[in-house]
Amino acid sequence: MTGFDLIVAGAGPAGIAAACRAAETGAKVLVLDNNPAAGGQIWRNDIPALWAQRLSNVEVRGGCSVIDDSILAHGVPIVLATGARELFLPFPGWTLPGVTGVGGLQALVKSGFEVRGKRVVLAGTGPLLLAVASLLRKRGASVTCIAEQAPRSALLRFATGLWRYPLKIAQGIELGGSLLGVPYFTDCWVEEAYGRDRVERVRLSGFEQDCDLLAIGYGLVPNTELATLLGCTLQDGFVTVDAMQKTWREGVWAAGELTGIGGVERSLVEGEIAGLAAIGELTEARKLFSRRAAWHRFASHLTGAFALRPELRALPRPDTIVCRCEDIRYNDLTRWTSAREAKLQTRCGMGLCQGRICGAANHFLFGWQDTSVRPPASAAPVSDLMES
Amino acid sequence: MSAVPDVAIVGGGIVGAACALECKRAGLSVEVYEQSTVGGGATASGMGHVVVMDDSEAQFALTHYSSTLWRELAAELPAAAEYLPCGTLWVAADEEEMAEVHRKQSFYEARGVPVEVLDAQQLADAEPHLRTPLAGGLLVSGDCVVYPPVVAQWLLDQAGVTIHHQEIRALADVPAGIVVNAMGAAAPRLSPGIPVAPRKGHLVITDRHPGFVRHQLIELGYLKSAHSASGDSVAFNVQPRKTGQILIGSSRQYGAEHKEIDREILTRMLRRAAEYMPGIGALTAIRTWTGFRASTPDKLPLIGPWAGREWLATGHEGLGITTSLATGRLLADLITGRTPPIPAEPFLPLRCSP
Repeated sequence: MTGFDLIVAGAGPAGIAAACRAAETGAKVLVLDNNPAAGGQIWRNDIPALWAQRLSNVEVRGGCSVIDDSILAHGVPIVLATGARELFLPFPGWTLPGVTGVGGLQALVKSGFEVRGKRVVLAGTGPLLLAVASLLRKRGASVTCIAEQAPRSALLRFATGLWRYPLKIAQGIELGGSLLGVPYFTDCWVEEAYGRDRVERVRLSGFEQDCDLLAIGYGLVPNTELATLLGCTLQDGFVTVDAMQKTWREGVWAAGELTGIGGVERSLVEGEIAGLAAIGELTEARKLFSRRAAWHRFASHLTGAFALRPELRALPRPDTIVCRCEDIRYNDLTRWTSAREAKLQTRCGMGLCQGRICGAANHFLFGWQDTSVRPPASAAPVSDLMES
Repeated sequence: MSAVPDVAIVGGGIVGAACALECKRAGLSVEVYEQSTVGGGATASGMGHVVVMDDSEAQFALTHYSSTLWRELAAELPAAAEYLPCGTLWVAADEEEMAEVHRKQSFYEARGVPVEVLDAQQLADAEPHLRTPLAGGLLVSGDCVVYPPVVAQWLLDQAGVTIHHQEIRALADVPAGIVVNAMGAAAPRLSPGIPVAPRKGHLVITDRHPGFVRHQLIELGYLKSAHSASGDSVAFNVQPRKTGQILIGSSRQYGAEHKEIDREILTRMLRRAAEYMPGIGALTAIRTWTGFRASTPDKLPLIGPWAGREWLATGHEGLGITTSLATGRLLADLITGRTPPIPAEPFLPLRCSP
């Protein structure tokens, strides 16, 4: 790690933007990501040409996991851009094969997963449903319906506020064009998925629908494990940063969905500011503040419109699995009063994913906050821990 | 129920829970104080290994008796307690350690504990992922593994006692005939002057790799490292969990007060494990953590009266899970004046008073 002026953890949009801006001032930048290639979840195999071009001068190490805070020992400033994962909320049938996250399905399709001729139901909340529906249609899938849990009134408020974001209107028009004829329901969510060996049919609010795939997207949860291990301060689940994207931990900056959920443009501008600030280019960084402010407004607009409704808490049945790694069911959890208690008594969240899926679900279902993070920041070979 | 219970137990770990149940069974009224989560301290951070030990006659008597109680309890335990009768396999690396195998063999056999000596080939057959060559080993088949936090909660459920989730600042504040300090390594906070010191340990747990390890495996070199009275040490000590996960230990450090992972000792510990099981490096580690054992100068726990109405049930070092059940029985017998099933004298805290 020595010999670099900046380390960037995460090669999604925020990390790429941070790395490129810093590298373009002459800094020597190293980007680490646990995926084999750069792009992150949203740009997987599909980095826009402009950014791909700019990134060509930066060293990117894929398949690389950061274990703990020993990365700070080198004294090199670090930008955290570890992004977000999907929020999965349990409902009967959610663990059937053929039920995926919307973002997961998007990533699969971009990696070559064949959806031609498949009937897909998309359900959940937010604009990602539309973006993925559009992608699926382009790849020959039949999107049988889109179920948006938010009420129509909230969506109208959201839509009428969009005039402030011309880029989003343009994207919306393009999306709308590609989604002509797809039934779009508001106030609508999946209550149950059925099937013998895999999903065959879903029950939505008030009707049923046959399908081959069900993609669910209830929003995103930031990947704060590494930030927590490095000693950054969190508030309401997000990393706290100052105007320069600097965290409360000396030598550590954070950008993108770690600091708030709000789309790729928000992540890009935060990444640019963090990359510049971390190498001391504060004047350049300041020039981006107004652009960031606009995308922050857009993000809060988005969060307000697509807030999760309380009815979703009532979907799991007593025997519905909540923790997939350890096969823990809803009624195994109801006796306990905290994430820690549930973990110790049921092993909920103690499996391979270390609560990265059920932790956020339990936060929504029971209000539990699991703040305990231990190295490694993500599962890693034992031999990685043997390197001092 | 009267306003003031006969016994209040401060500390809801497995030792406190076992004490609560045995006192209740002895006809006493009991309440438990646990400021945080039941079984959330050393009970959760240890391995959950139930092992008969032979360091001293007293230690043997306590671990052997307790181990009998564990086997009796096994059929009643809930499935979540993950009782696994896998036995302990003490691994000998060389002829010197093989001599120790034979010494242990005669010690255990003289006291009625079934053991089996394995030669190099039998050891390799029993645990194919151990490196070869090794000299052999000693299999103690009555030892087992449990998941302690669930057992602690289950013991308290059986006892049916009130649990106060509040912090106790002074034992004098606790309304009860007898107040038992069962706070493990934190016991000196409420009982200043007791000879208990925290001894830090590290553990790593892997993803599910069923069958990779079949017995609790401990190197006999452990005797040289773990029992040195001072200094940091690591030993090869791995355990199969019922889930197929593998726990990798162990380390011992005095004077380390922070719960953060110490990368240097973790690295040493894992390299030691890899010396014995070269394939262990390729397994997937999902979590590392630390915990604090309550160690005493003579390596025996403190069970019994200390000062006035203040009693102790702490100082179990790395054997708290093993000896929890026997500790509960001894404590209840001492309180009610019954004759304990094994001599209680070696564990009486007053042995340590100046």
